[in-house]
Amino acid sequence: MKSSSALFITGLTLAASGCRQDMHNQPKYKPLAESQFFADHRSARPQIAGTVARGHLRIDAARYTGKMGDADITAFPFPITRADIERGQQRFNIYCSPCHGRVGDGNGQVVRRGFRQPPSYHIQRLKDAPVGHFFDVITNGYGSMPSYASRVPPDDRWRVIAYVRALQVSQGSTLNDVPADQRDHIEAQTISANGAQQPTNAPPANPAMPPQPGPGERR
Amino acid sequence: MAQIFHRGTNTISRVSIIGGVLLIGCIITAAYTIDRGSFNSDVAVVKEQPVPFSHKHHVSDDGIDCRYCHTSVETSHFAGLPATEVCMSCHSQIWANANILEPVRASWRTGESLAWTRVHDLPEFVYFNHSIHVNKGIGCASCHGRVDQMPLMFKVNTLYMNWCLDCHRQPEKYVRPKEQVFNMAYQPPANQLEFGKKLVAEYHIQKLTDCYTCHR
Repeated sequence: MKSSSALFITGLTLAASGCRQDMHNQPKYKPLAESQFFADHRSARPQIAGTVARGHLRIDAARYTGKMGDADITAFPFPITRADIERGQQRFNIYCSPCHGRVGDGNGQVVRRGFRQPPSYHIQRLKDAPVGHFFDVITNGYGSMPSYASRVPPDDRWRVIAYVRALQVSQGSTLNDVPADQRDHIEAQTISANGAQQPTNAPPANPAMPPQPGPGERR
Repeated sequence: MAQIFHRGTNTISRVSIIGGVLLIGCIITAAYTIDRGSFNSDVAVVKEQPVPFSHKHHVSDDGIDCRYCHTSVETSHFAGLPATEVCMSCHSQIWANANILEPVRASWRTGESLAWTRVHDLPEFVYFNHSIHVNKGIGCASCHGRVDQMPLMFKVNTLYMNWCLDCHRQPEKYVRPKEQVFNMAYQPPANQLEFGKKLVAEYHIQKLTDCYTCHR
């Protein structure tokens, strides 16, 4: 009797250790999990037209479309602080720099791979373009550029635009535009940067990548 | 009185005692090895995916930030998988005819989702939130390893509870400055423990070992 119950317990333990999945896989959906219930097999359901999520009410047209009536707005819809520009720089480097390049010259890594080159931000047309134009391009796309609306929320778009404006100012500036008390700092940085790396006419450290291979080839 | 057992029984009893102990040891070792090994944890196991997506290529060669595709990692419990639209941001023009990208184009044409296989699949009795980790100075690479060097995605950590607790008990061992979270090549300083303690205080990292932190 004793040995048979010991055997039973051992067997039960072994059996239990083999089926530990019922708590691991519960009858609930993880984000983007497959569903057998819906015809399109998606557990993530598309929004019903006209739904407004909490915190997403967008009645301020200028702030959320970049337009007043049909015209692009020319001023930022909220005051831009240093923190906004820094946030804009970070978002620009994530979402825009792959094509537009870190300085906005339209020479990002993806362009070097063969994507159609966007115009530089430093051409007169874009220097003159109102901020609402940039907002419209980020929101709806332009030419080869797709919409970034799903990746960059509206207020971050304005911050990115503020940083684009900063880039536009930076590329056309000379040392004389820098406040007198900051010039020594910039000069010291330039000298140490040039001294540490190769002379400026040497090929860049990260040359353009070779042209993309033909279709079907794997790298 | 006659002996009940033959003399050789002494040997049998010794062997069976030692052998029994060894056998139990072997079973425990084997069970432990299987449990901790990649057979059970899927560590270092590459799973079949609809497209052999290379993080190495996109992150190291192209310099694309994690957040370009994993958009919601800073704001949500779910890091976010890129919609087909995101792939097509570049692949409408680059590698636009490559055979390996046909599933992506098919998804774009038909509107049907790409069915990726989850590599980091936590048990569902665990609550995990990406945003709190990246916003408190835990780097992507601390849990996911050097994804920027992985041609095909695999897990480098078991995601077992003891692994979670290793950091939750002593976050100072792993915490890094917030601005370094997305830097895949970050190297901790030599005085990590001391430096980490400072960051833990600065970032108000707390209440990490209550059961309900993860099991809620």
